[in-house]
Amino acid sequence: MVPPASSPRSGSVTPRVVFPNKVLPYLLVAPQLAITLVFFYWPAGQAFYQSMLRQDPFGLRTKFVWFANFRKVLADPAYLNSIKVTVVFSLATAIVAMCVALLLAVMAEKVVRGKGLYRTLLIWPYAVAPAIAGMLWLFLFNPSIGSLAYMLRSFGIAWDPLLNGTHAMILLVSAAAWKQISYNFLFFVAGLQAVPKALIEAAAMDGAGETKRFWTIIFPLLAPTTFFLLVVNTVYALFDTFGIVHAVTGGGPGKTTETLVYKVYNDGFVNLILGDSAAQSVILMVIVISLTAIQFRYVERKVHYG
Amino acid sequence: MATVDLKDVKKVYPSGFEAVKGVSIAVPDKELCVLVGPSGCGKSTLLRMIAGLETISSGTVAIDGKIVNSTGPTERDIAMVFQNYALYPHMKVYDNMAYGLRNRGTPKDEIDSRVRATAKILELSALLDRRPRELSGGQRQRVAMGRAIVRNPRVFLFDEPLSNLDAKLRGQMRVEIKNLQRSLGVTSVYVTHDQLEAMTLADILVVMNAGLVEQMGAPLDVYERPASTFVASFIGAPPMNLLPLSQGPAGPALADGKTIEFAPANAVTLGFRPEDADVTFGAEAPSGALILPALVEAVEPVGAESFLHCAAGGSRIVVRVAGRATATVGNQLRVVAKAEKLHWFDQAGKRVG
Repeated sequence: MVPPASSPRSGSVTPRVVFPNKVLPYLLVAPQLAITLVFFYWPAGQAFYQSMLRQDPFGLRTKFVWFANFRKVLADPAYLNSIKVTVVFSLATAIVAMCVALLLAVMAEKVVRGKGLYRTLLIWPYAVAPAIAGMLWLFLFNPSIGSLAYMLRSFGIAWDPLLNGTHAMILLVSAAAWKQISYNFLFFVAGLQAVPKALIEAAAMDGAGETKRFWTIIFPLLAPTTFFLLVVNTVYALFDTFGIVHAVTGGGPGKTTETLVYKVYNDGFVNLILGDSAAQSVILMVIVISLTAIQFRYVERKVHYG
Repeated sequence: MATVDLKDVKKVYPSGFEAVKGVSIAVPDKELCVLVGPSGCGKSTLLRMIAGLETISSGTVAIDGKIVNSTGPTERDIAMVFQNYALYPHMKVYDNMAYGLRNRGTPKDEIDSRVRATAKILELSALLDRRPRELSGGQRQRVAMGRAIVRNPRVFLFDEPLSNLDAKLRGQMRVEIKNLQRSLGVTSVYVTHDQLEAMTLADILVVMNAGLVEQMGAPLDVYERPASTFVASFIGAPPMNLLPLSQGPAGPALADGKTIEFAPANAVTLGFRPEDADVTFGAEAPSGALILPALVEAVEPVGAESFLHCAAGGSRIVVRVAGRATATVGNQLRVVAKAEKLHWFDQAGKRVG
């Protein structure tokens, strides 16, 4: 009755587990599958279905319109503007968060005394909720009561994120990047520790000064970490910053800081154009899937050093 | 064209641990000095201090007569071959070798000609476009050597460069390193824990133990006249047989009670090398020789020679016989060592006579 246990493939590190019962393995994965189905596929399917519907403002009549919502959304100048805003915001946030984190990580490597404390303090901001982080920055840079806004004004900068779109974007990027710096810092510290000391010593004996060593040896060897963080940060800036946008600018002034995610919320839950909003979420979903696909493709043939 | 002079060099770590406790070594121009000793004896620390990778706690390191204590590794003009090669994994072999020259602002065409010339010497010409991970251990070793040679530095440092290679390749590279060092005429300091490597490579052999120099000199001098029991047991394979002596009623005696009449009065250890003893089944006894009745406990045939492990004089000893051994396990025989081939050591382990 018991099927012969197939021997695990030689050479594989983890031997294949062979179940004597045909049903048991499916039962074991069922909870995970159920969660995925209920919390991912079902809402995703709903969104996809809704993206092809058009409803009157009172929700009394619903019409199936095929891809008309997509055509409408993609032709909408406000949506195209939102794409532009999102690209600028995401790139700026990712770049600022990564550059600052890398700088801090390199500096933290040099600390001799109290290294652990220094690192712990730098990791703390990650525990702050996005909306709180947003409020924090909002207060600091509030034109009338913000202490940092006051300092900027005393330097002769006419700081006004409530009316100036560029200022609003700078404020938003600062808040979003500040929150992500800790996370990046953690990975860069780990990445730096993985660079063999002997390589740096060899480079020093080869006549490379400190700056040269960093750019020719350490930075190239950090490439896998940097790439991973680039993907994570872009995804973070794209989808995880709703709270910050909501708390700091609410998409304004005008529509200068309305990111794609924020527009989904605005059109769907504020303006109640559910069909458009659903179409936008489907587009967002496609973007996430393609980003993830790119990441996995890259990770598969990741440069393996050493 | 450089000498390396260490004067009373010490290394004390912040924890208070003293890794090097005052070492003075002078390496003349173009010579190869080998630092040998067990792990933790301070030999690598000493090398890293010459390289400038470790600070010097006290004493001076001078290259070409100029003290370099406060000069960084970048400015010392020294090349080092690391134990794990430390090749730059993201650079091709060519760039690995060119890196040091580029950092020093050498013109492009000169870099190219020097890298290619060095690659030719080391038979790396076909591998210049490969990355380190695509090379075998021996090839990586060559690239590491090439990276050091191409810069034409004042001093070469080697930190156990052959310990990651298999035995056959190690023997081959040993000869190559010796030939290269001699033909290039670059002053070198070489660290190893392998006494065979140390013996064959060294112009000057420095045996280190616990942060101090135990003995320094030409390899064969060290071999023939070890200054202490430590050196005697570290240099040579199999090591020298060391038999403890105690004060018997009729002078110094072995553990089994046999009196050694011709032992110096203050000797507490008797030593002789495995190849300096003969075995005999007969009763003839040359006068003035050490004669020990022995029981063969194991026979190790190596091919050209065999090693007999015997119980004798209350200890275990090893005797080398040429070719195939006639004795077998369980045989009773006599081990004879000439008096002039015996070594004596005092209470502190220092050589007597």
